[in-house]
Amino acid sequence: MSCNCGESKSLELQESFQELLKKYKGTRGALIPLLQEAQEIYGYLPKEAMQQISGTLNIPFSKTYGVVTFYSQFHLKPRGRNIIRVCQGTACHVRGATKVFDAVSKKIQVAKNETTKDLRYTLETVACLGACGLAPVMMVNEDTHGRLTADKAGGIIERYE
Amino acid sequence: MKDLMDKCCSKCFHTSEKPCRDYLACRLEGPLCHQDETCSRKRRDFINSIIIPQESKKREILICAGTGCASSGALGLLAKISEELETRGLSDSVGVKITGCHGFCEQGPLMIIEPSKTFYTQVQEEDVAEIVEKDLLGGELAEHLLYQDPITGERAATYEQVPFYARQKRLVLHNCGHINPEEISDYIANKGYLGVSKAVFELTPEQIIEDVKLSGLRGRGGAGFPTGLKWGFVHQAQGDKKYVVCNADEGDPGAFMDRSVLEGDPHAVLEGMMICGYAVGADEGYIYVRAEYPLAIKRLKIAIEQAEKYGILGNNIMDSGFNFSIKIKAGAGAFVCGEETALLTSIEGNRGMPRVRPPFPAQSGLWGKPTCLNNVETFANIPQIIRNGGSWYSSIGTENSKGTKIFALTGNVNNTGLVEVPMGISMRDIIFSIGGGIKNGKKFKAVQIGGPSGGCLPEEMLDLSVDYDSLNSAGAMMGSGGLVVMDETTCMVDVARYFLSFTQSESCGKCTPCREGTTRMLEILTRICDGQGKMEDIDTLERLARVVRSTSLCGLGQTCPNPIISTMRFFKDEYISHIRDRHCPAGACKALLEYRIISEKCRGCGMCIKVCPAEAISGEKKQPHVIDPAKCIKCGSCKEVCKFDSIVIA
Repeated sequence: MSCNCGESKSLELQESFQELLKKYKGTRGALIPLLQEAQEIYGYLPKEAMQQISGTLNIPFSKTYGVVTFYSQFHLKPRGRNIIRVCQGTACHVRGATKVFDAVSKKIQVAKNETTKDLRYTLETVACLGACGLAPVMMVNEDTHGRLTADKAGGIIERYE
Repeated sequence: MKDLMDKCCSKCFHTSEKPCRDYLACRLEGPLCHQDETCSRKRRDFINSIIIPQESKKREILICAGTGCASSGALGLLAKISEELETRGLSDSVGVKITGCHGFCEQGPLMIIEPSKTFYTQVQEEDVAEIVEKDLLGGELAEHLLYQDPITGERAATYEQVPFYARQKRLVLHNCGHINPEEISDYIANKGYLGVSKAVFELTPEQIIEDVKLSGLRGRGGAGFPTGLKWGFVHQAQGDKKYVVCNADEGDPGAFMDRSVLEGDPHAVLEGMMICGYAVGADEGYIYVRAEYPLAIKRLKIAIEQAEKYGILGNNIMDSGFNFSIKIKAGAGAFVCGEETALLTSIEGNRGMPRVRPPFPAQSGLWGKPTCLNNVETFANIPQIIRNGGSWYSSIGTENSKGTKIFALTGNVNNTGLVEVPMGISMRDIIFSIGGGIKNGKKFKAVQIGGPSGGCLPEEMLDLSVDYDSLNSAGAMMGSGGLVVMDETTCMVDVARYFLSFTQSESCGKCTPCREGTTRMLEILTRICDGQGKMEDIDTLERLARVVRSTSLCGLGQTCPNPIISTMRFFKDEYISHIRDRHCPAGACKALLEYRIISEKCRGCGMCIKVCPAEAISGEKKQPHVIDPAKCIKCGSCKEVCKFDSIVIA
């Protein structure tokens, strides 16, 4: 690292990660919850973290990597501060989800599963958010926004810094 | 009493460590171990503070805080109301509480005033003062917030008068929208946990299984396997350890009933699982929930914590000697994990891939132990079946499909939302009576039922009885109960392509026919939608569909061709016109569209020139404009802005 300002933060993350490993050591079926919580700490799954998880649970790294790449929730690259997930469910599809996605994608200039250079947004799609009554829908972080139009969606994402 | 753990006097000893077997009955009707008018009045007052009697002067405002209403601004509304009541000094006489989903998400945020059951829709923060002024203080209705029928224009004052609810039979959803899901007392006051207490004190495991068999309940996750039979298998299976697993990995796009039940009435699911555990001989349960449902996970966690604290869940439940604990596992985003064997593999911490059955989970499931796996809605039915008896339940529904089913009614229909109806009702009743017909006066074309595994039913099938067997014979399936209504502007080839693109990306890749077959079928469908189709594609699709269906291991592969098969069966002419005439009859497939300006209607205002992102439109001011088809990217922007309807799709 070229500057030192991030170091104390990264130490803090390291510590909570070590705590996490301790918590799950020896537990059956712990791989997925461990990966989920590790991702909560780092925002994604760095290779070193996956290696340590494999070591702690006594699982081959290849298996950990296999599980990580199987589930859509796990990420191998850093992600944006705000995760935009545009619903692609049937009801949303029928009510124009594609237009919403295109509008958002055009506005922040990234394609599906990409992150803006300033790490402000990551754009994803999701199979169904289960808010079909409000279709088309998107989720930004934990907030669900419904009854979208292309214009409205563009306005909403601006609120997330 | 402030909550149900408060003791009426020193004679009561109930705690989670030293539980009392009469705890529930005592809190509802007691005291049972001694006679004391003060003690029994304390109980009555407490129950009345939850279920407000008609004659009471106290009022309660219920605000829906399900995912739907929350995204329409319910939480801001809650804060505003509490503030308003505070400033007007009404906090003591008017209570406010949040509830789970009412199912009528289209009209959210929803508000009910108890005990009059006044039903306000689309309530905004600025309406709060009016509601307090008119309704709470003046005793009048805030007329313009009442539900208005889109066709007759009539307003409905109460919940029951709204046509959307009037035709429903809400058994599983009876608590949703009426109780506070984060408060166990609300559930108990509404007869909650009486089912499990009847089960452990009055019934043997065999009697429970017989009762569930008698009820005729079939699995609500989609396949419709008789629940009582499954419980019987797990009960008979040999093993020192058994598990109960609740499948809450609701992945079908267009289905959200499980989410609503978990968010609105989580204790009913816990109670169903406990009864199941007692019947099959398990002492540990898992709920596998999609990580995309953060609110459901949060409410389940609260529910489990409270039930443990109240001595209803855990060791020696209500001093019966029965132990049962429940853990939550959050899914990690894989549709195939809704399949039972994949789900169990995922709980064990592996890639969620299905395996060969037999052995079925009932013999060898989670960690190789006998496992009883049911869906959320199935478990939520159980407490009432045990409380009221199997024959009561089997009096509802048809010959082979008993009880009710929740459907998620969505798409191009006026009233979208969750509807619970008795089995055997016609599709027409659901879409036109409850759903209020097609949006914007358009024409009905098809209804898609059962998600990516299901099929499309055309207009002539609308009078079909909605039950497991009729739907199967019509080439559709109950599935989890998603109903997506499509109007004349929906292209059926595009719908088939949409579902295939879903199953293709969700195929786990274990079976070659599914992995490769879905990819090839998707290629062909995309080609047809792009106007590059060949006539022989239809035969190829049919053959591929047959192969994938008969050679895949799990339900995903076996049913993924259904959307193709059923759209080809009922809408073959649409496929043909895409291929032969390079024309999309619904006007939905972009590649096959051509935008044109009708010169007689065009006034040459220039609006379309301004919005066209491809600079494809040209023309002098006040002279008819023209679109250059070579430059047009078919975005439709020009059509949206034209005030004279002069742009058409040909």
